[in-house]
Amino acid sequence: MGKSYIYSSVTKKVIMSLVGLFLITFLLVHLTINLLLLFDPTRELFNVAAHFMGTNPLIQIFQWVLFGGFALHMILGVILQVQNWMARPKGYKKKAASEKSLFSRFMIHTGILIVVFLVIHFSDFFIKAKFLGEIGEIVYNGHHYEDMGLLVIEKFQMLGYVIFYVIALLILGFHLDHAFQSAFQSLGVNHPKYTPFIMGFSRFLAIVITVGYIFIPLFIYLK
Amino acid sequence: MNINLTLKIWRQANQDAPGKFVDYPVENISTEASFLEMMDILNEELVAKGEEPVAFDHDCREGICGMCSLFINGRPHGPDDSITTCQLHMRKFKDGETIVIEPWRAKPFPVIKDLMVDRTAFDEIIQAGGYVNINTGGVPDANAIPIRKENADLAMDAASCIGCGACVAACKNASAMLFVSAKVSQFTLLPQGKVEAHERVENMVAKMDELGFGNCTNTYACEAECPKDISITNIARMNREFLCAKVS
Ligand code: HEM
Ligand code: FES
Repeated sequence: MGKSYIYSSVTKKVIMSLVGLFLITFLLVHLTINLLLLFDPTRELFNVAAHFMGTNPLIQIFQWVLFGGFALHMILGVILQVQNWMARPKGYKKKAASEKSLFSRFMIHTGILIVVFLVIHFSDFFIKAKFLGEIGEIVYNGHHYEDMGLLVIEKFQMLGYVIFYVIALLILGFHLDHAFQSAFQSLGVNHPKYTPFIMGFSRFLAIVITVGYIFIPLFIYLK
Repeated sequence: MNINLTLKIWRQANQDAPGKFVDYPVENISTEASFLEMMDILNEELVAKGEEPVAFDHDCREGICGMCSLFINGRPHGPDDSITTCQLHMRKFKDGETIVIEPWRAKPFPVIKDLMVDRTAFDEIIQAGGYVNINTGGVPDANAIPIRKENADLAMDAASCIGCGACVAACKNASAMLFVSAKVSQFTLLPQGKVEAHERVENMVAKMDELGFGNCTNTYACEAECPKDISITNIARMNREFLCAKVS
């Protein structure tokens, strides 16, 4: 049968999980840089870091790996989901919730909402910074930088914006709560000694990432 | 104690008929009765009235054959843990309750009639690799092949799968991963099964996909509803075995 295995259900899930874990590392890097904006009235730390991320050649290459990863994760997620729907053409009249991982039921829904958020998020920041050049300049030690920090702070003066971001980030948190531990199971890592830790860590990570990201717009708005 | 119930049962004349739910009141059912005995009582009443009895699968009625397969009030094998439908008792229900009884729902398990589904798909997966091909010779000495106690226990646990299909029925994706992984594990954990481990896992997963079962989202509903408490660690083992087979 040769080739048909390459795209087997297990292979798809393994790719999904590896890419998903990679996306989580990106979330952590992004969060760390965002947090630099707080407690720094000059915005120097954040602006210099943003400049580095926007210009360093290695990061520029990695950026495309990241976009590719997102695309792959989305395409596979949709394919898996469509196959899953097709596997049960007629549903049950009465269905109890037997799932042990609550948010596993909503991965496609949280996933699609994340895409919607990403599109808006991109048009807010990334596209402005990269292509439109609508960003002011600021000088630190004689070097010129785009004042990305100011753009962020201005955005988060609007309550509607803050609420939108908080909701979007909660949805991301729901995705992550199931995602992290699920990735290990997909990769075949399940061990009586380590799995309880991975389960707990998955929730911990989801909370840290969600609360960390939510803290930024809230802090800026309330300050 | 005796109770009265309303049964909401899926009736479907044959594989191509549309099918619908029909309500049947049943009265004076002993809470000591098993669920299938209650179904027998209903069927006798239907026959006496000249109506078609409800078709449902069963055989051993002691939890070992895996034939019984009802989806009762939203759960495969009904409202109790670690049992098959034939081991379910009417004391689990309240007087006056309405019980919804449905067949397993999955594309690879077409309804044959009423509550009976065709589970040939599971046999096809077994035919794709759930066996040992090598010549193992005559009956060897019990200790001729040393086996770790832990592996012997894990293989035994996996082999307790009766192939009823509750995992598929419970899974939101109608995935057969728990069944297939139990069958893969029971062989791969033992020396005789290890010989063909790679082709076995590849062939069984390929067959499972080909038959149209869904993918695993790791919701773990299968483990929660398995009458034999087959663990999802088997699924992780199968994924590991599959990856090893792919890269070697
Ligand atoms: C930063 C964003 C994201 C991260 C960190 C992330 C991470 C993950 C991880 C680690 C998994 C677990 C994989 C597994 O079970 O083996 C997963 C599953 C999933 N993701 Fe994402 N994801 C993200 C965005 C998205 C997006 C944009 C979609 C859009 C369709 C999506 C759809 C899904 C689906 C459908 C699943 C479940 C697949 C299944 O098991 O059936 N995710 N995600
Ligand atoms: S009839 Fe044999 S397991 Fe239920």
